[in-house]
Amino acid sequence: MDLVLFYVFAAVTVVASLLVIGQRNPMYSVLLLIGSFLGLSGLYVLLDSPFAAVTQIIVYAGAIMVLFLFVVMLLNAPREDPPLRTTLPVSIGGRPLRVGAILGLLFLAEMAWAVWRVPARAIGGDAQTVDTVSSVRQIGVELFTTHAFAFEVTSVLILVAMVGAVVLAKRNL
Amino acid sequence: MPSLNHFLALSAVLFTIGTAGVFLRRNLITILLSIEIMLNAVNLVFVAVGRQIGSVEGQIIVFFVMTVAAAEAAVGLAIVIALFRQRETLNPDAFTSLKW
Amino acid sequence: MDPVFIAQLLVLGFTFFMLLNSAAVSVYLERKVAGDLQQRFGPNRTGPYGTLQPVADIVKLLFKEELRPKAADAVLFGLAPVLSVTAAFAAFAVVPWGGATTFFGLLPEPIKLQAADVNVAVLVIFAVTSMGVYGIVLAGWSSNSKYSLLGALRSSAQMISYELSYGLALASVLLLGNSLSLTDVVNAQAGTWFGVIPKWFVVFQPLGFVIFMIAGIAETNRAPFDFPEAEQELVAGYHTEYSSFSFACFFLAEYVNMVTVSAVATTLFLGGWHGPFLPEWLGWVWWLIKVFALLYFYIWMRWTLPRYRYDQLMHFGWKVLLPTAVVNLLVTAAAVLYWS
Repeated sequence: MDLVLFYVFAAVTVVASLLVIGQRNPMYSVLLLIGSFLGLSGLYVLLDSPFAAVTQIIVYAGAIMVLFLFVVMLLNAPREDPPLRTTLPVSIGGRPLRVGAILGLLFLAEMAWAVWRVPARAIGGDAQTVDTVSSVRQIGVELFTTHAFAFEVTSVLILVAMVGAVVLAKRNL
Repeated sequence: MPSLNHFLALSAVLFTIGTAGVFLRRNLITILLSIEIMLNAVNLVFVAVGRQIGSVEGQIIVFFVMTVAAAEAAVGLAIVIALFRQRETLNPDAFTSLKW
Repeated sequence: MDPVFIAQLLVLGFTFFMLLNSAAVSVYLERKVAGDLQQRFGPNRTGPYGTLQPVADIVKLLFKEELRPKAADAVLFGLAPVLSVTAAFAAFAVVPWGGATTFFGLLPEPIKLQAADVNVAVLVIFAVTSMGVYGIVLAGWSSNSKYSLLGALRSSAQMISYELSYGLALASVLLLGNSLSLTDVVNAQAGTWFGVIPKWFVVFQPLGFVIFMIAGIAETNRAPFDFPEAEQELVAGYHTEYSSFSFACFFLAEYVNMVTVSAVATTLFLGGWHGPFLPEWLGWVWWLIKVFALLYFYIWMRWTLPRYRYDQLMHFGWKVLLPTAVVNLLVTAAAVLYWS
């Protein structure tokens, strides 16, 4: 049952990601990426990590993608220039397509080889492991004691990013 | 129950898709979206290995990666807006004035 | 098959069905209460005391013609109402509406009256509510019309601004309840002091409750924060171009969102299904009473207060409500630390 769910969520994620890079309307790309994030969230739930799943929806699908959507809508992002020679609905064509496709396949082959070399390891674990991993209390304890400095620095980072975004996007500096 | 290798393979596929998107697409916003795909692939590895070794460190690192991705998306989009205002196009091939 | 599994499926189906009915009941309640506040009878022709009015409304909506503007983006135009309704219903999945029950001994072990008991339930509600923005944004964008786009942009900016105060009010309750699971939060509010004052969290967190209700009203785009749908200024805002079933979907989504926010507020602040005089297995009666009290409050607000202007709305959300919510959280944290 878990395996079936894994394949379902993995299929949703991969197909949505392929369509994000493969189709021309940027509005649809943003929405398909949200679909991909939902698939990933399902995978996190399968991995007994509900906190990561929910944070993915809140932060990525609920905030970052809204930002992307606003920018696409307000810039009235034009559809991409049509491909050079082909009439396929895919947005790339000509020599970049051939070189890029070959490089992409080589990269995929290399990653597949690297993953294949890893000896098969089952995700086992007894009930206690599951309880530790899925407990939000444990995450809170470790986040605020072991990683407290990183947490504080992240808040400064967000402040800097906010100020930077406002300044960069202003019309008259 | 899928093994760790399933998750690593899926993450590899997603990372490749993201990289292909960055190299092949001619639209600044789609390039930023492909970067987000790559970051998510990495998040998946962190959570899977965290579950494998029975520690919450995986999810903590994912928390930080998401925060950094949010900050980077905000600043990246601000830059895209500023660029769009200059040239009225989102095609990265239009911003070649530093080329000799 | 396993009777517990069948019982859980039945509870799930029943929750969904009653949520649909609650939207219809809210429609009727709104019109009757509005009439009462305006010192007139509400609808009283269709059926006894006008109780068939929502049925008449829905039948009318379904018989209208389904239009789509020519320049509208077909895929997104059809997708937007679906997204709104899905987000509205999904948020209710983790709300417990009754105690654990064995249905008079039919089941070998008690099951919870809840569609799903997740240990991060509070975060799930927050997550699904933030997905509700997409239905509105896509509706406005895909209609390809000025009024829709303006309404959608304003509405989504309003929703994401008030989400922050919503989340901080939720966090203040978490400090008291010590758990992210809604069942645990409700069970922490059982019992009374001196037999009279119930141990509800609203007694500890009155300011948190007020902030939550205000943010909830802003999240569901209801008056006085309903500028995006302002009938006088924007025709009908983001759902101007929709008719028949799609409009019914937005309508349904708005009322279900109202019910969800009331249900979540009941669970977090007003003690869920706990109440005096009734046995534990009749707890859902108290839950219904509390949720309807909050719905009445919602409707009362709409027909009493004038609408906020958009800049006043954003000013209030960022410069008044958010600092208040942060201060509330700090004071709660200090108090919890001091007294435990």
